[in-house]
Amino acid sequence: MATTNGTVENGQPDRKPPALPRPVRSLEVKFTKIFINNEWHESKSGKKFATYNPSTLEKICEVEEGDKPDVDKAVEAAQAAFQRGSPWRRLDALGRGRLLNQLADLVERDRTVLATLETMDTGKPFLHAFFIDLEGCVKTLRYFAGWADKIQGRTIPTDDNVVCFTRHEPIGVCGAITPWNFPLLMLVWKLAPALCCGNTVVVKPAEQTPLTALYLGSLIKEVGFPPGVVNIVPGFGPTVGAAMSSHPQISKLAFTGSTEVGKLVKEAASRSNLKRVTLELGGKNPCIVCADADLDLAVECAHQGVFFNQGQCCTAASRVFVEEQVYAEFVRRSVEYAKKRPVGDPFDVRTEQGPQIDQKQFDKILDLIESGKKEGAKLECGGSAMEDRGLFIKPTVFSEVTDTMRIAKEEIFGPVQPILKFKNIEEVIKRANSLEYGLTAAVFTKNLDKALKLASALESGTVWINCYNAIYAQAPFGGFKMSGNGRELGEYALAEYTEVKTVTIKLDDKSP
Amino acid sequence: MDASERGRLLDKLADLVERDRAVLATMESLNGGKPFLQAFYVDLQGVIKTLRYYAGWADKIHGMTIPVDGDYFTFTRHEPIGVCGQIIPWNFPLLMFAWKIAPALCCGNTVVIKPAEQTPLSALYMGALIKEAGFPPGVINILPGYGPTAGAAIASHIGIDKIAFTGSTEVGKLIQEAAGRSNLKRVTLELGGKSPNIIFADADLDYAVEQAHQGVFFNQGQCCTAGSRIFVEESIYEEFVRRSVERAKRRIVGSPFDPTTEQGPQIDKKQYNKILELIQSGVAEGAKLECGGKGLGRKGFFIEPTVFSNVTDDMRIAKEEIFGPVQEILRFKTMDEVIERANNSDFGLVAAVFTNDINKALTVSSAMQAGTVWINCYNALNAQSPFGGFKMSGNGREMWQCRTLLCNVVETVSLCRQETVTAQDMTAFCAPQRRAGLSTHQTFLHGNPGPAVSRGEFGLREYSEVKTVTVKIPQKNS
Repeated sequence: MATTNGTVENGQPDRKPPALPRPVRSLEVKFTKIFINNEWHESKSGKKFATYNPSTLEKICEVEEGDKPDVDKAVEAAQAAFQRGSPWRRLDALGRGRLLNQLADLVERDRTVLATLETMDTGKPFLHAFFIDLEGCVKTLRYFAGWADKIQGRTIPTDDNVVCFTRHEPIGVCGAITPWNFPLLMLVWKLAPALCCGNTVVVKPAEQTPLTALYLGSLIKEVGFPPGVVNIVPGFGPTVGAAMSSHPQISKLAFTGSTEVGKLVKEAASRSNLKRVTLELGGKNPCIVCADADLDLAVECAHQGVFFNQGQCCTAASRVFVEEQVYAEFVRRSVEYAKKRPVGDPFDVRTEQGPQIDQKQFDKILDLIESGKKEGAKLECGGSAMEDRGLFIKPTVFSEVTDTMRIAKEEIFGPVQPILKFKNIEEVIKRANSLEYGLTAAVFTKNLDKALKLASALESGTVWINCYNAIYAQAPFGGFKMSGNGRELGEYALAEYTEVKTVTIKLDDKSP
Repeated sequence: MDASERGRLLDKLADLVERDRAVLATMESLNGGKPFLQAFYVDLQGVIKTLRYYAGWADKIHGMTIPVDGDYFTFTRHEPIGVCGQIIPWNFPLLMFAWKIAPALCCGNTVVIKPAEQTPLSALYMGALIKEAGFPPGVINILPGYGPTAGAAIASHIGIDKIAFTGSTEVGKLIQEAAGRSNLKRVTLELGGKSPNIIFADADLDYAVEQAHQGVFFNQGQCCTAGSRIFVEESIYEEFVRRSVERAKRRIVGSPFDPTTEQGPQIDKKQYNKILELIQSGVAEGAKLECGGKGLGRKGFFIEPTVFSNVTDDMRIAKEEIFGPVQEILRFKTMDEVIERANNSDFGLVAAVFTNDINKALTVSSAMQAGTVWINCYNALNAQSPFGGFKMSGNGREMWQCRTLLCNVVETVSLCRQETVTAQDMTAFCAPQRRAGLSTHQTFLHGNPGPAVSRGEFGLREYSEVKTVTVKIPQKNS
C-alpha cells in the first residue's frame, strides 16, 4: 500500500499522506457492444442481455449478447491479424512490449473509472478494486511488457554435422474465458502473456461482469494494437464459451472458473482440435496454523484469506487447520474479527465486504451454511443473510469442523470460515492433501524446519509461509490436481503461450 | 526498492531521453563530430531501446532451486555486485553510457562512471535526467576526467567491486592489471578489433559493396566493429574494388550539422595523425592506394575516404586497428584459406560473411573466432543480443541477459534440514548450527575478491565463449 503520495523528488519519496481515491459519480457506461477488429458491433442475432449491480439489484445497462456466429467473426479477425506478413507479425518484439506498457499507462490514467465500473458490476469494495485489482492489472501489464523481446529459444549441440536451434513462436489465435470475481485482473493475467508472445486473442468475459473488459477494448484501440489482435465477445457459457471451446481455429484456450466447467472446456477442446488448454479452477485451500505461530498474524491472515472479496476467491482459506494447543484461542480471536467485519455499500470507504455476485451464488452459500449446522459444526457467529439486505451474507465462522462435512470438502465461495483441529504435522499434511483440489496452501509457524517440510509436502501450486494471498506478477500461479493445468504469471506463463519449433539444418560433409 | 521499481525508473529515464532527444543528439554531434542525423537516428535510438530493454529485465533476474545430493534445500540468488566503475569511450559517448549503466542499474548495483575526456557533455546531461527521473542519490555518479588520473583511480579503487571498460586493447590491459593488483575486482572489457568481412563470389555484389563500405566508414571509421579487413573472393575481386572505390569517392564529407553529410571529422589531432601515419605505411609497404589518402585540407580533422587494394596480411594496415576512414581490400581463393586468415589475429570482436549459400554461411560463421558474426548484414546490433569479443577484443558480453550474469554475484544457499540429519558425516557437518536448526553452506563472493562462480551451471559460463550470429532475412514474422 502507498505510504507516500506517490511522487519522488530527488530520490526521496514525498511523504504527505495520500487522499483516498473517489469513485466517479453517475458513471455513464459507454462500451456495451462486441469488440472485433477495433470496432464495436451488434450481435448477429440482435439479442442483448442485462448486467446488474449486485449491491442495489438494479440493472446497470444492456450488453450485446454474442453467440456462435459472433465468435466465428471474432476468430476470423484474430486469424487475419495473425497472418504471416501482417502488421502484428512484422512488429518487432520490443514494439509489442511498448504497446503493453502504453496500455498500462492508459489503465493508470483511467484507473478510477475502471475501479468504479468494477465495483458497480461485481459489488466488491471500491477501494479494493482501486488498490488491489487495478494495481495488479497495471503491474501485470508492465511485467509482461518487459518479457516481449526476451522470449529466447536455444542453439543446441546435437550429434551430426547439423546446426540446430529452437524458435519460441506464438501459438496463434488464443481464446480466454474469464470469471466474475476479478473480471479485469483475470483478463489481464491472460491478455498480457498472450500478447507479449505475439498471439492474437478472442475473449469472453463472464456474463455477470462484462463491463471492464469492454472498456479495456476501447483502451486497446486507443493505444494502437492492430485491428483483430484483441477481440471481445460478451455472452454466456453454453453459447459463446462452448463455441470457443470447440472452435477449430482457436489454437489455445485459457479458462478461469469452476472445476466443473473447466472439465467441460477441456473435453470440448480435446474433442474438437486438441487445442492447448490452461485452466485455473477452484480450491479448498488449507491454512495450517501451528502452535508456535505468531497467533495474531495467523488470525488476521486467515481471516482476510477466507473473507476477502466476499469469500469469492479461488485462493480462499476455506479449511483452517489449527494445532490443538492454540485452537480455542484462535477461534476466539477469529470470531472477534469476523464480528467486526464491516459489511455494506461497496462505495462506502469503511466497507470491507460487499454483496455476493448473484442469487445463484447467494443461495448456494446459504445452503452450505445450513449443511454445516445440520452436520454438527458449531456456528460461532453469522450463519445467515443480512436482514433486508439483498445479496449480503453475514461473516460466518464454524468451529469443531471435521473433514467429512460438506463445508470441509466443497468450495463455498462465500464469507464462511470453517476451523478444524489437528494434533501433529504428519496428520495435517495427510488431511490437507486429501482432496482433489490443490491450488494454494498457507503455513503459519516460526520454525524453519516445519516451514520447509510443509512447503515441500503440501500438494499445492502455491505455498504461503506466514502470509496470505501474496501474489506477484513475477511468480507463477496455478494448481496441482484438479485445481488446474498450467501456470499464469511469471516467466512460466510464457511457456503456455508459445510453441517450440526445432530447426535442424544439415551442412555438407565435404567442404568445397 | 522493489526490483520492478528499478525497472520503472529505467523506463522513466528512457522517456526523458526521448523527450530531450534533439538536445542530446546536438550535443553528441557538437562534442564528437558525428553527423547530427546519425546521432539522432542511430545513437539516440540505441540509447532509448537499451534503457527500455533492461527496464524489462529488472524483476526477472531469476536464481534457481537445485536438487543437490543429500538432505539439503539449495537455491541461488543473483545479487547485485555493489559499486561498479565504468569507463567509456569517445566514439559513441551516450550509447556506451547507456550500454553500461542500464544493465548495472537493472541488477541493483550503484555506479561511478567516467566519460571520455574528449566527450563528457552528454554524460553530464544524463546526470540531470537521472536526477529528474528520481533515482536515489548516490546510485549514479559521473566523474569527468582523464585516464591516468580518474580512470586509474577507478581501476585500482578497493571500494569498487567491478569495472567495465570500453576502449583500446592497450588501455584495457592496464585496467585488467590494475584490477588484479588492487582487489581482484571483476572486469569486463570491450576493446579493439580488426574485423574480417568475407565476401563470396555468389553474394549480391552491390549489396555487399554498400554494406562493406558502411561497415568500415561508419562513424568516421571510429567503430570497434569496423570491417577493416575485407576478404573478397578472387573471381569478383576487381569488380568489388572498382565499385568500392566509386562508392568511397561519392562519400560526402562535411559539417556534421549538414543533413547531406555522411562523414564528419576525426575526434582529435592524435587520432588524425595516427590515421595518416598508417595510411603512409600502407603506401610504403606496397598496397595500392585507390583513392583518398590524405587530409581534406580544410579546418578540422577531416580525412578523405581512403581505399587500399592488393593488401596483404603482413602489412600494418592489415594488422593494426586504424580507427579511421580507411578500407583495406584483400583477395582470397578458398573458404578454408579465408577462415584461417580471418582468424589469424589477436583480435576477435566481430566478423561478417556475404553469401547466399547456406553451407558457406553456417560453416564460416561457426568457424570465426569472433563474438559476433553477421551474415549478409553489417553492424546489426540490438539491445537484445549479446555483444563482446573473443581473444584480445575483450572479456565478457554486453547486452542480452549475459550482462545480467556479469552484474550479479551468484550466492548459493543450502539449508540442512535438522530432522533428516542421520549419517555421521552429515551430523558432523551440520553440528555447530544444529541447535538453530540451520546449517548454511554458502559459496558466494559478495564483498570477497575472487573469480566469478565456477560451479554448477554457472561454471559452464566461465569456460565458454558466447558467439552471437545474426542473419539478415527477407521478412521477419514473430
